[in-house]
Amino acid sequence: MAFEPKIIGFLCNWCSYTGADLAGVSRIKSAPNVRVIRTMCSGRVDPSFILKAFQIGADGVIVMGCHLGDCHYQEGNYKTIRRIPFLKRLVKGFGIDPRRLRLEWVSASEGDRFARIVNEFTEEIRSLGPLKLQVHTELRKTIHEPVEVV
Amino acid sequence: MAKPKLALYWAASCGGCEIAVLDVQEKILDVANAFDIVFWPVAMDFKYADVRKMEDKSIDLCLFNGSIRNSENAEIAHLLRAKSKALVAFGSCALEGGIPGLANLTTKQEILEFVYRGSPSTVVTDGGVFPQQHTKVPEGEIEIPEMWETVKSLDQVVEVDYYIPGCPPVPNQIWGVIEYILSGKPLPPKGSVIGAGVKTCCDECKRERKEKKLKQFFRPYEIETKPSECLLDQGIVCMGPATRDGCGALCPAANMPCRGCYGLPPNVMDQGAKMVSALSSVIDAHEPAEIERILDQISDPMGTFYRFSLAHSILRRVEKS
Amino acid sequence: MVTLKIDDKQVQVPEDTSILKAAEKAGIWIPTLCYSELFEPYGVCRLCVVEAVRGKRSRVVTSCNYPVREGINVLTNSPKIQWIRKTILELMLARWPNVKVVKDLARDVGVEKPRFVSLQRDEAEDACILCGKCVSVCREVVQANVLGFAYRGIKREIALPFGVQSEACIVCGACAHVCPTGHIKMVVEDYKGKKPEFTLGPKTAIYVPTLQAVPRVPVIDADSCIHFKTGGCEYCAKVCEPNAINFGMKDEVEEIEVGQILVATGFDIFDASAMAQYGYGTLDNVYSSLEFEMMLNSTGPTNGQVLTKDGREPRSVAIVHCIGSRDTNHHSYCSRVCCMYALKYAHLVHDRTKASIYQFYIDMRAFGKGYEEFYVRILDKGVKVIRGKVAEVVEAPPAQKDEGSLVVRCEDTLAGKLLEIPVDMVVLCNAIEARRDSDAVRRLFSISKSPDGFFLERHPKLDPTSTMTDGVYIAGCAQGPKDIPDVVAQASSAAARMLSFISKGEVEIDPVRAFVQEEYCSGCKICNSLCPYTAIEFLAEKKVSHVNEALCKGCGTCVAACPSSAMTGHGFTDAQILAELDGIMV
Repeated sequence: MAFEPKIIGFLCNWCSYTGADLAGVSRIKSAPNVRVIRTMCSGRVDPSFILKAFQIGADGVIVMGCHLGDCHYQEGNYKTIRRIPFLKRLVKGFGIDPRRLRLEWVSASEGDRFARIVNEFTEEIRSLGPLKLQVHTELRKTIHEPVEVV
Repeated sequence: MAKPKLALYWAASCGGCEIAVLDVQEKILDVANAFDIVFWPVAMDFKYADVRKMEDKSIDLCLFNGSIRNSENAEIAHLLRAKSKALVAFGSCALEGGIPGLANLTTKQEILEFVYRGSPSTVVTDGGVFPQQHTKVPEGEIEIPEMWETVKSLDQVVEVDYYIPGCPPVPNQIWGVIEYILSGKPLPPKGSVIGAGVKTCCDECKRERKEKKLKQFFRPYEIETKPSECLLDQGIVCMGPATRDGCGALCPAANMPCRGCYGLPPNVMDQGAKMVSALSSVIDAHEPAEIERILDQISDPMGTFYRFSLAHSILRRVEKS
Repeated sequence: MVTLKIDDKQVQVPEDTSILKAAEKAGIWIPTLCYSELFEPYGVCRLCVVEAVRGKRSRVVTSCNYPVREGINVLTNSPKIQWIRKTILELMLARWPNVKVVKDLARDVGVEKPRFVSLQRDEAEDACILCGKCVSVCREVVQANVLGFAYRGIKREIALPFGVQSEACIVCGACAHVCPTGHIKMVVEDYKGKKPEFTLGPKTAIYVPTLQAVPRVPVIDADSCIHFKTGGCEYCAKVCEPNAINFGMKDEVEEIEVGQILVATGFDIFDASAMAQYGYGTLDNVYSSLEFEMMLNSTGPTNGQVLTKDGREPRSVAIVHCIGSRDTNHHSYCSRVCCMYALKYAHLVHDRTKASIYQFYIDMRAFGKGYEEFYVRILDKGVKVIRGKVAEVVEAPPAQKDEGSLVVRCEDTLAGKLLEIPVDMVVLCNAIEARRDSDAVRRLFSISKSPDGFFLERHPKLDPTSTMTDGVYIAGCAQGPKDIPDVVAQASSAAARMLSFISKGEVEIDPVRAFVQEEYCSGCKICNSLCPYTAIEFLAEKKVSHVNEALCKGCGTCVAACPSSAMTGHGFTDAQILAELDGIMV
């Protein structure tokens, strides 16, 4: 079976989620690979969630927020603009291609932009291939539960 | 009534945890009086065979330190799990992989290459032979344990009842745990972290903290720190905010930043990710280039943020293709 | 003080007072045409002459600039004076027979018909009588020094330097105001000061911003007002009887605390000069909708008459729909109101002129209550309604000039014919578009915009007046093009929403709020500087942070930042998000 990337998208409630909704309402076709989690602000996206997404099998993670200066919460996305590059260093440190993590700004009016980015990112991940991590095979479920190995 | 049976074991670790037990000083005599020590290889001569002969669940308390690095560690972990009522992951290595867990930044092959061939102090003879699991000698075949690709924490191998964090656990906390057990009070729920608090290192740190705005990071040798101010406020990456309390904030008291040995606080999933999140929140820069410049000042992020917890972090190890 | 007699009446006035002033004090009227208290007397009209008698000596002097002398007797109406005045007025009447002030004064002194014939006879009612008031006011009051007398004798006239409009003229209008005959008029010219909302009609440095301004009070444009440049002039203050002019007023920034805000910042109209094919801005008699609206206004520059630029009634008027709207090159949306106001224009032009009227439309959208009926009425009036988008508006070739000054080219898509229609006037129905500063406004209130640039409502159907930001509402064309009934409905709805909160006295806040689990907080102070709403305070005694839930908006940035995960947030806890993650990865 052809490789279908699994992508987790963290979308802020006010801009990107609304933008994604607009893409849908406007019947703009976009890749179905991005599985969306809504947060109130891109600033809510804890880097742990992103690592967790990779751990449980995501091939790529995309975080979307309001354009800089447009944050519904004034400056939440300014935290994100620092977190994601910082996290990319860790992601790279873990041996994962940092291109698998992406930060994009999509406003509520940019349904077309949402679709374009999603399509682009999906194709990029498709070309990178599936993300294979040893932890995938070791894990049963969550990290806090004891895991049987050997 | 028979004395409760105590076992201590040292897997892949430095042995500091064993010393820490002795650091309760003269109280070790009380320990010896109160418990029947049935297994403690570093201190007394026991054979694995003796342990195998014990009945299942006959050891009341087993303090297991060290991570699981090879097949022997795993074998004894399983053995002690079977024989113990309460198996305690004792110290950072057992709890979360600890310093040996940093081996997960590389591969078994790379380690062997370096140790047996690459290191500047190695003289390569016979083309650089790696340790063999099975070796034929005139007396027959001998077997040494198999080194694993990936270092694991104890609970990634067997079920663990309690966790005592620390590299090593501080003596007063060890004694506190022993005293508690001896008091006969009901034991905490299974899976609890004992001998530590639920807050973070900052709670015990005497340094004065301000609201944070960081423009520059330093390594400890680069600046003369002010003794009464928060090290993080001064630009030194201190893991204190994302590290469980219990140690008494010993390192910051000695002018060194917290390295995170007491592990992650109760609700945290990943010490490194959390610290990245916290630090990036308080970096005072809006421009991507400026942000990158500041981030460049943090050398060795993996070693800094996952010094003890790499093997137990969300992703556990580095992928090397 | 000086004591003198005027017509045997004893008067006491300060030294250096003019006889005219002293007479005024004594209640004696002396006719004058060139005198004004605003500037130094010039003594040019000679009508204020009086006899100043000292002992046996008598002198005829102009009372406006002759100072009082101790003990003189002034005769203002002696036979000699009467004879002089009559002669002067006869001479003036001979030259300016129809100027009202001259005629009135002549009648007052008993002159019916002059004995003279003037070579410069000027029949105009508003002829210049060379009183020089305008020169004086411009020189002494406004201090612009633009006007002056030129030539001598019978050739004397009021002139601009070198006969051209001077850069120094600030179009203050003081000369026109002071002119006793109305000879000086304010005409439409390029206005030099701040651009007013519309450019039809004269504008001075003090003006009423728009015709329908509420309150209808003039404002001073400090950038062009001479007073703010030289400290002089103050002409407006001098002529304002209720003393309403206050030069001391300053722009003030006032901070008002409110709980709710209705953003109703309106719209701009599409700038039709972006569609060069319609000739807006390059061809005469091509108007934007708002300009035409202004022309139709009965208090507007043409008093509501429909006139071409040269003041004629147009023989035909083309009304062109969808300028910048329903056009993928500009705005793809329908501007909604244009069809109906275009029909209104047709109705008014039909009422006020005999012009033939053409409507060029893409689709006629008579969507509201009574609108279709209105459309039918317009059709019945004989307005020619042509379905087709106008290709271009060009100046008529000489051969067609007698039918119209412009030619509208278009395809009648119903008849399938190309049309070339000569018209005298083209009215463009410009699209309503988002205000050019709407991005700044949007950021101010942290609200979003839709792809068309208008402010975004919380929900297009279920919540069309509120925004994503609590307490901020939108109404009117700021939210999207709409006509008056729709604006009224939306604004009323927003007002009602706001009132309901006011009467309730309390607001329900979204439960998505952060809170600190104090047992896990160590007071590391990572979070305290993060909150833009300063909702996170540090409790010094407890050594923990605390979230003020009334201030918190629930973004969760602090939750993500908290290194000990002591901070958490209702609705978006780590556990909830992880559960979602688990769920969607299946």
